[in-house]
Amino acid sequence: MSVTSVELEPAASQIHSEGVWRAAWRRFATDRIGVFAATIVITFLLLIAASALGFIAENWEAETGVPNARPHFLGPAPVVETSVIAMPSGPNADLTELDPLAPRYAEWDAQTKQYAVNETTKAQTLAFGGDWRGRDVLAKAVKGSEISVFVGVLAALVATLIGTVLGAISGFFGRRIGDLLEWIYNVFEAIPGILLIFAFAAVFGRGMISVVLILGLTGWTGLYRQVRAEFMKHGSREYVRAAEAIGASNTSRMFRHILPNVSHVVLVRMALLVVGFIKAEVILSYLGLGVGVDDVSWGTMLAEAQSDLIRGYWWQLAAATLSMAVFVTAFSLMTDAARDALDPKLRGLE
Amino acid sequence: MAGYLLRRLWQMVPTVLGAVLLVFFLFKFFGGDPAEILGGLNATPEQIATIRSELGLDEPVWVQLGLYLQSVFTFDWGESWATGEPVGELFATRLPATLTVMLPILLLEVIIALPIAMWVAYRRGSLVDRTLMVITTLALSISFLVYIIVGQYLLGFQLAWFPVQGWSDNTLTNLTTYTPLPVMLAVLVALAPNIRLYRSFLLDELGNDYVRTARAKGLPERVVLFRHVLRNALIPVLANVGLALPGVFVGSFLIEQFFSIPGLGREVLLAVNRSDYPVIQAIAVYLAMLSMIINLGVDVMFRLVDPRVVLK
Repeated sequence: MSVTSVELEPAASQIHSEGVWRAAWRRFATDRIGVFAATIVITFLLLIAASALGFIAENWEAETGVPNARPHFLGPAPVVETSVIAMPSGPNADLTELDPLAPRYAEWDAQTKQYAVNETTKAQTLAFGGDWRGRDVLAKAVKGSEISVFVGVLAALVATLIGTVLGAISGFFGRRIGDLLEWIYNVFEAIPGILLIFAFAAVFGRGMISVVLILGLTGWTGLYRQVRAEFMKHGSREYVRAAEAIGASNTSRMFRHILPNVSHVVLVRMALLVVGFIKAEVILSYLGLGVGVDDVSWGTMLAEAQSDLIRGYWWQLAAATLSMAVFVTAFSLMTDAARDALDPKLRGLE
Repeated sequence: MAGYLLRRLWQMVPTVLGAVLLVFFLFKFFGGDPAEILGGLNATPEQIATIRSELGLDEPVWVQLGLYLQSVFTFDWGESWATGEPVGELFATRLPATLTVMLPILLLEVIIALPIAMWVAYRRGSLVDRTLMVITTLALSISFLVYIIVGQYLLGFQLAWFPVQGWSDNTLTNLTTYTPLPVMLAVLVALAPNIRLYRSFLLDELGNDYVRTARAKGLPERVVLFRHVLRNALIPVLANVGLALPGVFVGSFLIEQFFSIPGLGREVLLAVNRSDYPVIQAIAVYLAMLSMIINLGVDVMFRLVDPRVVLK
């Protein structure tokens, strides 16, 4: 009986062929590096979600340690003898007769006792050290990852949306509107990328939303071009003509028929944008053109780390670099695996 | 050829106009009020009104656009708002420092990356190739900032092999004393992406039929690689260098910032921080034009390098 069931399976799959996403997932699941990278990315995303919801690193601004507290594994900073003059021993000289404030000391002491004093002791060491204000570097790294990744992903979404919609319109309709959009594309491409970013940064000012807008509004061109080419290619294909024949509207043909067939291109391109934008945000924030003054991102951490390093406090630099390197590497490897899985023809070319 | 050049130049007109308009409207509608930036925090409303009429800001938008176009085409942008230096002079004095740093970087990053890329492309799939690909992926995921911060600290500050930063008036001193460290770090950062890119160019060529033919007729590998594959792969490599050329004029603003090199990149950065609009607008507009002309130059150069390329 088992023989028949084995024979039936291929027949069933021929009737309902495997979808592009399902096939891609099957290929992706066999890519060990890709799966491993995806696990790291998902771990990061869970961490980021937890920090965004306030479960962890909520009090990253609390100054829990002494300034520049060392990491646990290094132990507390050695006590440095700062004064060469020994403290005088013996009781203090009695100045009561000379001191005009002396009669009131008792009164002030009594007043002081009425207030409860909440003295917090600052930790000498923190899990991965502290920054110049004694804030926990580990908490900062988590919060910084949240902001950096959030900005990168959101900016990539903005750029993808602009690029896809404009590319679809330009590739699908062509003619006048296509020419107009090509002109806009050429204009954006003509100004060197970094100058365009600076020009936008000069007018938008700093802050998280500004960075998202700056990167999104300047970074859509590559995606636009690719989506346009795909839409031009697909626009004349039989399935689109068939859709036209049964009366599907332009919008329906563009976004319900063609878009799903080019969505893998968009997805891979968007993943590449995320990596690029995360790096760009880090640099913009370092230069003081990025996230707000009170926000922490990998870029602001690196900006602080520069002066820390000269005084020998390397842990903030290490924390920011490490978390960024791990996330970006994992994300890039995952993108590579996803691209190979979605479009097996491209495997190993890059 | 002349007809081609003329046609290409004519096609540039709308793009240049677009870039000029983009910059104008970007600053007009999204930028802050220039009069308030110029007046500073303590300006009285009367002072601001005076500045506004001096800059022509109380005129209708189309008159302002006219004034702006006038400055684009007469190359007269007035003075920098922050320093009072004429914008043209500012560019002319900052450009040499930028070129002193950027040209060696551009040259070295190609010369060093190409042999490595050839080596790993030739041994595609080997342990060396795979290891190097992992290393480059990792190297790419570390921010440019980290390379500069650590490099400056280790080589400049701790080991004192190079001056931490500085610049002199003598180009030779600059080249021998002040540029080696920044150039080295920038080249190091560019190696990973360049090796990956050149490797893919070379792999494209290595898969071609003419390589098999060359091998079949018994040519030594050396000849196949250098005389056939490399020559063809140089075309996309050069195209890529051509694309990077406009960037030479902006300079690596991070490098200039870290090493206090008085170049254009640092000047642009300062202008952005000080809301010095004339400087930003001028450099954006002229660099757009420059990069279009460079692109045309690169296309023409291809015709000279590769006879198969047809100029349409």
